[in-house]
Amino acid sequence: MAKEDYEVIIGLEVHCELSTKTKIFCSCPTDFGGDPNTHCCPVCMALPGALPVLNEKVVEYAVKAGLATNCEITKVSKNDRKNYFYPDLPKSYQISQFDLPLCHDGHVNVELENGEEKEIRIERIHIEEDAGKLNHDEYERGSFVDLNRACVPLIEIVSKPDMRSAEEAEDYMRKLKSIFEYIEVSDCKMQEGSLRADVNVSVRKKGTEKLGTRTEMKNMSSFRSIVRAIKYEASRQIEVIEDGGTISQETLRWDDISGKTFSMRDKEDAQDYRYFPDPDLAPIILSDEYIDNIRKNLPELPESRKKRYLADYDLSMKAANIVTSSKYYSNMFEEAIKVCDNPKSVSNWIMSDIARILNEKDEEPDSIPFTGEDLGELVKLIDDGKISSAIAKKVLEEMFENPEKPGKIVEKNGWVQISDEGAIKEVVSKILDSNPQSIIDFKAGKDKALGFLVGQAMKETKGKANPQLLNKLFKEEIDKR
Amino acid sequence: MELYEYTIHEIAEKLEKQEVTSYDLVKSYFDRIKEKDGVVKAYVSLMEEEALAKAKDIDERRKKGEKLGKYAGVPIGIKDNMNVKGTKTTCSSKMLENYESPYDATVIEKLKAEDMIFLGKLNMDEFAMGSSTEHSYFFPTHNPWDLSRVPGGSSGGSAAAVAADLAPAALGSDTGGSIRQPASLCGIIGLKPTYGLVSRYGLVAFASSLDQIGPLTKDVTDSAIILNLISGHDEKDSTSSRREKIDYTKSLVNDVKGMKIGLPKEFLAEGVSPEVKDAILEVAEKYRELGAEVEECSLDVGKYSLATYYIIACAEASSNLGRFDGIRYGYRTEKFENLKDIYKNSRSEGFGPEVKRRIILGTYVLSSGYYDAYYKKAQKVRTIIKNEYDKLFEKYDLILTPTSPITAFKMGEKSNNPLEMYMADICTVPVNIAGLPGMNVPCKLDSNGLPIGFLLIGNSFEEEKIFRAAYTYEQNTNFRDNKPTFKGGEN
Repeated sequence: MAKEDYEVIIGLEVHCELSTKTKIFCSCPTDFGGDPNTHCCPVCMALPGALPVLNEKVVEYAVKAGLATNCEITKVSKNDRKNYFYPDLPKSYQISQFDLPLCHDGHVNVELENGEEKEIRIERIHIEEDAGKLNHDEYERGSFVDLNRACVPLIEIVSKPDMRSAEEAEDYMRKLKSIFEYIEVSDCKMQEGSLRADVNVSVRKKGTEKLGTRTEMKNMSSFRSIVRAIKYEASRQIEVIEDGGTISQETLRWDDISGKTFSMRDKEDAQDYRYFPDPDLAPIILSDEYIDNIRKNLPELPESRKKRYLADYDLSMKAANIVTSSKYYSNMFEEAIKVCDNPKSVSNWIMSDIARILNEKDEEPDSIPFTGEDLGELVKLIDDGKISSAIAKKVLEEMFENPEKPGKIVEKNGWVQISDEGAIKEVVSKILDSNPQSIIDFKAGKDKALGFLVGQAMKETKGKANPQLLNKLFKEEIDKR
Repeated sequence: MELYEYTIHEIAEKLEKQEVTSYDLVKSYFDRIKEKDGVVKAYVSLMEEEALAKAKDIDERRKKGEKLGKYAGVPIGIKDNMNVKGTKTTCSSKMLENYESPYDATVIEKLKAEDMIFLGKLNMDEFAMGSSTEHSYFFPTHNPWDLSRVPGGSSGGSAAAVAADLAPAALGSDTGGSIRQPASLCGIIGLKPTYGLVSRYGLVAFASSLDQIGPLTKDVTDSAIILNLISGHDEKDSTSSRREKIDYTKSLVNDVKGMKIGLPKEFLAEGVSPEVKDAILEVAEKYRELGAEVEECSLDVGKYSLATYYIIACAEASSNLGRFDGIRYGYRTEKFENLKDIYKNSRSEGFGPEVKRRIILGTYVLSSGYYDAYYKKAQKVRTIIKNEYDKLFEKYDLILTPTSPITAFKMGEKSNNPLEMYMADICTVPVNIAGLPGMNVPCKLDSNGLPIGFLLIGNSFEEEKIFRAAYTYEQNTNFRDNKPTFKGGEN
């Protein structure tokens, strides 16, 4: 059988660090970085006698996340202890949620390549604490424990096995990232590990019902490696089955350098976490009023923004999708159109040049160094005839490199468009003088010739001439000759 | 009368009137400790230097007319499972033999705010697991009434110290009887408050849903005074109650007229020594004489209590003691090749047999496939036990039982038979399971000259009724005329 005869089944367990100021069970700061073991206290270091106290903001943020992903909220839930030994886990148990997650049975929609929407179901979202970090020192032949990250609040979002391709998995995770950024519960910085996923992959022959045995790849923290890892793992599994083998349920480690997965532990080593309710913490009881209040105060979500953009600004579906794919894009869009009143142009700039530059830099929209107002000003400069689109592209590049107001950049570089008829007429005459054949061609009905002449004039003016004016003057001058 | 013989309220009065200095008082305790603790062995560590310096400081401030707390300069002893900043908290375990705490437990903060003085840390069964203080890694503590016998446990050091005048009062912790049972065996007052009344922050956890800190004192008045100082909501302990603070000394009223006391017959049945049984019946008679209504009732929880207790307590302990892994603090083995060795060997070498027994039991009852049959079922039984008490408290103000079915036993007598040792807590354990307050009050000596105590159990957060009944009994009897004899010598 060929690869095409198989279907890939993917489920994601996404871990997302919440952006509360303080940790989940103590009042230490959650700031990233800091010297090892400086954001610590008796509670997050698990000193004898210290007790956890649940940060109410964590519950609020998690409920927000649940509501924004269409989940049911559990009104009476609890914290449970997940017991296992590891040096980065100071209490030797992680406080998590076992059978009563704070949120359950939700979904998000992702847009497929063919333009259709697909619903990805969310099984549950629960709150838990992060572990510390082990720094391995190759020279000292030892490991050092840094507990700054211990007790930082996380939500774990467990999807149903609803995804059928690596791209769908990426789209789903991007969607979650986008939603969490919109509702401001997480900064979702993957490079800092605040968004990461355990990826479950299995394959089955198309048309069969029964799910295949799955493998799990732990702690994936870039979209690129998630896509590569899923593709690799799916192919590997298909190959094993085609060769007459069977897939064993195991935990794998994806190696980004070799582009392969390696076995970490198989089912035999499965840990018994001995979950039980944490007796140090009271049950989490939420009233309807509390939940409604959070629901009411949710910011506008991407779905709703998209509808609005389609209706109010007449954007294309593709443009609306891309602009709302990130809070940073969408906010930029809304700020920009306050300045320039040209939504289509703004969305085009975001979709094409801005997205391209970010892609080249391998950066995410949150790292754009200028504001929506700046982008609006750029579009307005074009619309007002002050600069050409060609110059605008150069201005945008500059805005990424040396962030300054577009107007300033134009001024500094002397990129102001020439709209002075007299000055342009001079250029037009000069070009016509040296291209008599083009005049003949144009008069013979070859419209292309005009384009050539305009191009020459642009070259001459380093792109600063007003293109509309050029067109007009060329026509007039040719007529005269 | 020697300085070390006074109660806290007597001392406070003398200090206030400047009849004695805190320095002399604290000195008298350390002299007494030097004289007697060689045979009692109540203290694990002493804080002599700091204590005397602090006493001097308070005396000077008092002389200057500075406004001081009512109990400023009054000494107290602390069970060695409560963290005092800058001093060792060993839990009487090899695991924490050299562990120094960088922070204060909430109860310690409260006593410090009052300017009370810590004499030292008191011996206990390792990690508070035991009923005789023989499970201390360092040494067993001896009962001052008969040095060949145990003081009870796990707060045996605290109880023996107060009984032997090595401290005017002490803090202990009670998970299944660890304050009340040693108080009974040593003939003093021991109170386990309602779960949630006193913050557990800084108490090294044994079983989180059962642990509670409480005072061991010479009389009922001191018990109320200490409870006033240590109770109250603590933001650092999610299980601490938000109820308004109560002044328990207001309940020290010599009157039980109209009080209804239930006397459950099951707690005077098989397993309770005849002498203890008779003593409890005498107490009941005394209360009747004093105007209370005492009625026999039924409370059939005993037979499930021990099993329920050992499942819940061990389950929680197995998880709570996970942090002693040899990684960040505490004992670490010298024999290791890899990470697994560090865990296995540090814990094998650092914990004593009773602690290991309970960790293994607790791990077992939580493991997959057994959870429902043990832990979950135990939680259900816990609810039933609580309901049984609730029913009784609809009818009675207090419940009266023995604190311990027997008086102090010989050292070594039960230390090799865990199940027999567990029976020592048969009367106290159900009270923790139900989260209720209970107080041991000494009533008489048995034929061997060993104290017998009775247990007054109140409804949740109704310590006031306990204080009133205990105070009335104390005012109308004279147990405190008896003094420990230190007989029996070293065995």
